[in-house]
Amino acid sequence: MTVIEVNGLQKRYGEHVAVADVSFEVQEGEIFGVLGPNGAGKTTTVECVEGLRVPDGGTIRVLGLDPQHDVVALRQVLGVQLQDSKLPERMTVAEAVSLYSTFYDDPADGDALVDRLNLARQRDTRFGNLSGGQQQRLAIVLALLGRPRVAVLDELTTGLDPQSRRHTWELVEQIRDDGVTVVLVTHFMEEAERLCDRIALIDAGRVVAIDTPSGLVERTRAPQVIRFRPSEPVDEDMLRALPEVGSVVTHRDGRVEITGTGDVLATVTTALAHERIIAAELRVTQPRLDDAFVALTGEGTR
Amino acid sequence: MTTTTVPTTARRRSRGPFAGLAALTLSESRLFARDRVGAFFTLAFPTVLLLVLGLIPSFKEPLAPGGPRLIDVYTPIIVAMVLSTSAVQGLPAVVATYREQGVLRRMRTTPVRPQTLLLAIMATMMGVTLVSTVLVLVVARLAFGVPFPQSPLAYLVALLFTGAAVYGLGLLVAAVAPSGRAGNAIGTVLFFPLMFFGGLWLPRDVMPEVLRGISDVTPLGAGAGSLQAAAAGGWPQLLHLVVLAGWAVLTAALATRFFRWE
Repeated sequence: MTVIEVNGLQKRYGEHVAVADVSFEVQEGEIFGVLGPNGAGKTTTVECVEGLRVPDGGTIRVLGLDPQHDVVALRQVLGVQLQDSKLPERMTVAEAVSLYSTFYDDPADGDALVDRLNLARQRDTRFGNLSGGQQQRLAIVLALLGRPRVAVLDELTTGLDPQSRRHTWELVEQIRDDGVTVVLVTHFMEEAERLCDRIALIDAGRVVAIDTPSGLVERTRAPQVIRFRPSEPVDEDMLRALPEVGSVVTHRDGRVEITGTGDVLATVTTALAHERIIAAELRVTQPRLDDAFVALTGEGTR
Repeated sequence: MTTTTVPTTARRRSRGPFAGLAALTLSESRLFARDRVGAFFTLAFPTVLLLVLGLIPSFKEPLAPGGPRLIDVYTPIIVAMVLSTSAVQGLPAVVATYREQGVLRRMRTTPVRPQTLLLAIMATMMGVTLVSTVLVLVVARLAFGVPFPQSPLAYLVALLFTGAAVYGLGLLVAAVAPSGRAGNAIGTVLFFPLMFFGGLWLPRDVMPEVLRGISDVTPLGAGAGSLQAAAAGGWPQLLHLVVLAGWAVLTAALATRFFRWE
């Protein structure tokens, strides 16, 4: 079932075109990533989906609702965690949760959410005294208080330390397991690769590709790299003759570097075994989403 | 292709600007009470000022034989100060801070409208103003024998008109201030000329005629004038009520025109 449909979305700020042409569909129960370099139009796109910005062109449906015209109904079914949005400094965690609970027709159990997001000990702590990670987790609690069917999480883990980031990833998976469709805006490759079922790669206001993380990697046809130290010198031409092998280089210190595609590792190790050569310190580098990202957007991330 | 939809009953249910107002007002009042400095300046400072002025012997001498004393003249001025402190200093600081920190923006992602939060902040400030006003009037009565307003209805009208003018001004400052700090600064800078024409340093009764003419068309000049008239048992001058209504309409229109949620 389709939960979100975005068709030909356009948004300009004066002369600046933030979103030139973005279309995608999000299916029920998936974690859908919106990935792209900074300034690609990711946040503008989801803000149009959230009904916070008025698109200049295109159509958007969220659970069949138009974010501009059915905003009242949308607010009850869409949970939003915004980039850089705070609460009053002197408001405690418990106060924020009980206040926001009054906003919804059928709120979730706030205490249970607070426990689950590991904020039980901070219940009486004021927002201004929470750490960055705790503030982010509270933002997730508030986004989930209305029992949303769709949650949009924008730059969820920016500014978190690696441990909090991993913990937050587990939470996102739990949210999905509860049946909430998740749209995740991010510029972290590792995060997208680990969490997302599908990714829309956005660059300069356009969708470059929509695919699973591994599908995106395959599209780029980036080669695998095999490195090893052979027990005796190898016949480079014999290796080059193998169909999966692209290039073979023997370094001065005797290490060999082979690039190739497909099942190149199995082919090379079989050939070496046939020659009774032992490959020590064998390393294989698989292409990752990072490589796909660079290939498809022509840009590095960080 | 199948598309999941929301039941039409949910679509029809609509929440007006008053949904969530009670919970938000309670929350804002609690936050206000936690800001000790702000709470002191709006709640206690006017009464403290009244007590200090009342301890000066000359304030308790009649200005003219059988006429009002300076402390009688000053009590409505201090009430006018209560109104302008909460409206021009309190309100914009809170609203601009909320805008700067994205509190208003987050409210837009919930079923409650950010307008409701604005109403809750104003309701809180007005509640505080009311408490502070009553405190000033009661202390003035008990400590210095300043009579309660002799025309309560006229006093209420004067309070309402003055409140509308200064809260309009406060909203306008809140609309244009880019940050909480700027809101605070603009509010403080505005406070002094407002209170000068309201007569805090030189009561309107003893102002030179030109100065009083200018004072008549300023929000707090007209406000203090109305309150003084009602305190003495009369009705506010029509000129003052027209001036106050004019300020309220003008500032509210400009605030609506320039207000941004983010």
